[in-house]
Amino acid sequence: MNQDTVLQVRDLATYFELRRGVVKAVDGVSFDLRRGEVLGLVGESGCGKSLTALSIMRLLPKGGARTVRGEVRLGGENILELPASRMRDIRGRRISMILQDPQTSLNPVFTIGEQLREAIFRRAPAKTAEIMKEAVAALRRVEIAAPESRISQYPHQMSGGMKQRVVGAIAMSGEPQVLIADEPTTALDVTIQLQYLKLLKRLQTETGMAILFITHDFGVVARMCDRVAVMYAGRIVECGPVAEVFERPAHPYTRALIASVPKMTGERGRLATIEGQPPSLLDLPPGCRFAPRCNLAEPQCIATYPETADIGPAHTVSCWRSDTR
Amino acid sequence: MGRFIVRRLLHGLVLLFMVATVVFVLGRLTGNPVDLMLPEDATAEDRTRLIKSLGLDGPMHTQFLVFIGNALQGDLGTSIRMRQPAVDLFFSRLPNTLVIIPWAILLAMVVGIPLGVVAALNRGNMLDRGAGTIAVLGIATPNFWLGIVLIFVFSVELGWLPSGRMGGPEHYVLPVITLGTFLTAGFMRLTRSSMLDVLESEFVKLARIKGLSETVVIWKHCLRNAMIPLLTLWGVFVGNLITGAIVTETVFAWPGVGRLTYEAVIYRDFPLLQAVIILKSILILSINLLVDILYAYVDPRIRLS
Repeated sequence: MNQDTVLQVRDLATYFELRRGVVKAVDGVSFDLRRGEVLGLVGESGCGKSLTALSIMRLLPKGGARTVRGEVRLGGENILELPASRMRDIRGRRISMILQDPQTSLNPVFTIGEQLREAIFRRAPAKTAEIMKEAVAALRRVEIAAPESRISQYPHQMSGGMKQRVVGAIAMSGEPQVLIADEPTTALDVTIQLQYLKLLKRLQTETGMAILFITHDFGVVARMCDRVAVMYAGRIVECGPVAEVFERPAHPYTRALIASVPKMTGERGRLATIEGQPPSLLDLPPGCRFAPRCNLAEPQCIATYPETADIGPAHTVSCWRSDTR
Repeated sequence: MGRFIVRRLLHGLVLLFMVATVVFVLGRLTGNPVDLMLPEDATAEDRTRLIKSLGLDGPMHTQFLVFIGNALQGDLGTSIRMRQPAVDLFFSRLPNTLVIIPWAILLAMVVGIPLGVVAALNRGNMLDRGAGTIAVLGIATPNFWLGIVLIFVFSVELGWLPSGRMGGPEHYVLPVITLGTFLTAGFMRLTRSSMLDVLESEFVKLARIKGLSETVVIWKHCLRNAMIPLLTLWGVFVGNLITGAIVTETVFAWPGVGRLTYEAVIYRDFPLLQAVIILKSILILSINLLVDILYAYVDPRIRLS
């Protein structure tokens, strides 16, 4: 394991065992997250991005979801094998997470101060009065105006953007090495989104924490991330530095995704779309999962899954036809 | 908060006026009360005198105004059977009821709520199903039947507990169980279902992300939210306790207001019945007001809007 790697995920698989069969929602995901970097995890809805995050946090929803294999190494130890109590110590302190919808992420019956206090107390147990001072400072760090008065307010007295800042403050109050941000701006207004992204980027630079940034928006990836991993139907199909992937996308799915982002410059015309639907996770094709929608597909693509191959500096892809442009 | 309470009080007054009206009209529908109050051999003069003294000679609306006027001064009539002011009778019996109702509520809270939480945490397995079955039985079992069965088993057959009347702590056990069973089962089912909703919410996920222990996540973050729907149904539960007390107190010969109500009905003591209904309505309304205030305390979204 590289010195700089803070989080190493290897062959992570999380399945839903239903009566109709096994849904392979995450099926062999591997990536490294290095100190101080922002890794984007991109893909369309239902491709397994959020479930990957929840598998890492070991907070899978009840009802059949189970991590069936793989390793998640945080500072050398496989956290998937830790007893529940050790995992709880790690959550919030070494690895933390920002959820998607600020409207539901905060507990409606407790004050902002109390919800922050619980998180800060875990890092630095102290009297409530002292922790409240830290809570005010934490709110100031996430650029909330008049934090002294906000501390005694309830979530419903705040706007969505402000709530998401509070969620950020809570998630980061344990000073984690790794922060998973699961589409943190999807539920926000466009103008607020940009502010939030800038804030997150600033805090990341200040603290040096690594961020796994989950999004479906390539525009956000370009703004936020150092590297990007593209996910399709439960697997990562391409991974590399953002500039490299944008300039030389190797997987037909990545190319199609980039082509479907609206551009402000260049020729006008219809937005590019990807034909067809992602495969059912209950009944996956044996070969490349994108093959049924891919216009470069050959018999080999349908028969066997392509091995991950290096195609440039830190640029990997799983595609038989990646040499074809 | 002050305005909220004042508004609730005004609502309560309007409701109380409506209750008084209904009670008054129903009272007149059952026939002339004078027939009940006079001995068999009363003369026509006795009759007119009584009618006059009761203010029953005027038209309905005048009578109603007199009734309301007296009620406002705290006079709800005199019991026919016991020849005492109905209000005095009610308040002399009320403490006896108030000593068992809190125990029934306590039983429901101490047994029903934790059982509901445990059932929700074990959703779908044997524990949940067992608790669910018991709860359904608890809700479906009628008070009077449960009371009689308990007396049969624990007083008659086993001889462990007294079968009725007020007395030391052992006298409380069977009436409290009888009165509290429905409430316990209701609390359990409601706590279970609202806990299931709350357990799925994102803020519970965030609480876990913070690294809080399961104890704090469940008993602090989840339960406080799960209590909100429970409080909403308090009004229904309290009404059930008060009506349930009629049956329970009758079965256990417990001299509370429930038994007083039963006696008023059986002996056609209609001024007493009128008074009991109005006073019980005041009781229920005040408890509901209290619950509303409590509700606002638990759910800040209500307190501040």
